[in-house]
Amino acid sequence: MPAADTKTLSLKDGTVSFRKARGALRIESLIVLAILVVAMSFASPYFFTVANIFNIVLATSTIGILALGATFVIGSAGIDLSLGSILAFAGVIGALVAAKLGLPWWLAVPACLLAGALAGWINGLVITFGRVPAFVATLGMMGVARGIALLITDGQAIFGLPNALIWLGQGRPFGIPVPAIVFILAAIILHLVLSFTRFGRHTLVIGDNERGARAMGVPVRALRIKIYTLSGVMAGLAGLMTMARVNAGDPTAGMNAELAAITAAIIGGTNLFGGRATILGTVIGALIMGVLQNGLNLLAIPAFWQQISIGMVLVVAVWFDQLAKQDKE
Amino acid sequence: MTGMLQLRDIKKHFGPVEVLRGVSFDIAAGECVALVGDNGAGKSTLMKIITGVYQASAGEVILGDRNITGTAPGDIRQLGIEMIYQNLELASQQDVTANIFLGREPTRTVMGLKTGIIDFKSARKQAEEMIRQLGARLPSIDIQVGHLSGGQQQSVAIARALTFSPKVVIMDEPTAALAVREIQHVLDLIKELKGRGIAVILISHRLTDVFEVADRIVALRQGVVIADEPTAKTTMQKVVAHIVGAQ
Repeated sequence: MPAADTKTLSLKDGTVSFRKARGALRIESLIVLAILVVAMSFASPYFFTVANIFNIVLATSTIGILALGATFVIGSAGIDLSLGSILAFAGVIGALVAAKLGLPWWLAVPACLLAGALAGWINGLVITFGRVPAFVATLGMMGVARGIALLITDGQAIFGLPNALIWLGQGRPFGIPVPAIVFILAAIILHLVLSFTRFGRHTLVIGDNERGARAMGVPVRALRIKIYTLSGVMAGLAGLMTMARVNAGDPTAGMNAELAAITAAIIGGTNLFGGRATILGTVIGALIMGVLQNGLNLLAIPAFWQQISIGMVLVVAVWFDQLAKQDKE
Repeated sequence: MTGMLQLRDIKKHFGPVEVLRGVSFDIAAGECVALVGDNGAGKSTLMKIITGVYQASAGEVILGDRNITGTAPGDIRQLGIEMIYQNLELASQQDVTANIFLGREPTRTVMGLKTGIIDFKSARKQAEEMIRQLGARLPSIDIQVGHLSGGQQQSVAIARALTFSPKVVIMDEPTAALAVREIQHVLDLIKELKGRGIAVILISHRLTDVFEVADRIVALRQGVVIADEPTAKTTMQKVVAHIVGAQ
């Protein structure tokens, strides 16, 4: 879809400069969100209750945290299909540390993040030094991380987490769920990173023109490894939040979570082929996914339909994007 | 004149395919050397070895009195060798400033510590200044490069190459995609660069351009230098004969 600055292009064609709207926030995604919210509030009397808004916020947080990492990966013209599996792997590791090994509860936090970072780092190494396409490398990690999570737990969820840890998933300081606070903080930090640092700039540049970036001296390999590691850390963070929320290290957690996360990033305006991404767009995309999921729950539509609808939203979003591109050419 | 940039017996093979079979030539400060040759003669490969994008299989690249063989692309640019690629190698979804400073974004120092935070103000100011100096006409430097015309995009690529006072500028087919008026701009620019003591390597199929600006013509065929002559002592017919191998 057209970026915000195409309209202004025809307005001014002199030497006078103007500030373009940075990035590619899609007004379309905001409209979709508004339509969804209005439709849901008519469809269900429970939609606008405080309890339900918390539900939406919680659903959005997990998808959103994953989608933030996915934004960097897809912005760099990569893909990470292992997000859901890393989420489960990290959650299981965290639960092991807190509930089984008798270590201080807070060690579960770095344990989850490190587990995610390790998986993401391996993705990055395989993709850059192994020259394995991201699609294949992360599909492999999807199997491996999930498999390890099942293996070390023997397929059973780990219960008995300390209360302090559960607070991370269920606590509500000032009435705001902790996962929502974590998501918002992560979004703010990653927004600053994407918009204002060389790392963020180079992420989009290698998504735009990798060969050119390399010729201009951008350390493409090191950068890609960092991007996939970041994606893994975010999946680890989502794993921590999920574990704390459901009070268990569940090796089957986050099944197909990458589908929702990638969809959130794409409908938030991230270019599937790289080079364009905004965190604000992804946050809106995650909200759309959260409202959609929640709405389907409220309307008592079977969970299987959620999969179907999310899958369709993803394909339709990319299809529209391609249509808009054809119009331009 | 001693060479500012010297190529010593450069060889390059991709698997069993020998692309460069021992190429040597020098280029002096303020000199323009045209590199001519048919497609597949090895011109682009040779240039990518100079810029560090490819590693030479054998041979040396010497800048001044320093052996820079095998140096990474970013460090090569730091040392003052810039290349304007035929396809420009711009990031089309980034604005003009971002492209001009691509890989060398100025960063801010916070409390005495270097950070990775881009100094947008200073980058934008310098980019504006560079575009003004070049006399390039752009609607705005805040525009995505992909929205500019081919000639304007090339101005951006040229600005990127010249912003950090290079010693050597390599241009790969800089006039191939341009309108007549724009071609003259590029040729005038090459003359100006020579006047400022910058060495220019020009790769071009347009022999009229080559004869207008080059001091020397190096012809490459099948990975070897088959002619290296001052422009004044050769003719277009001879050069064509060298390129196609009709001698």
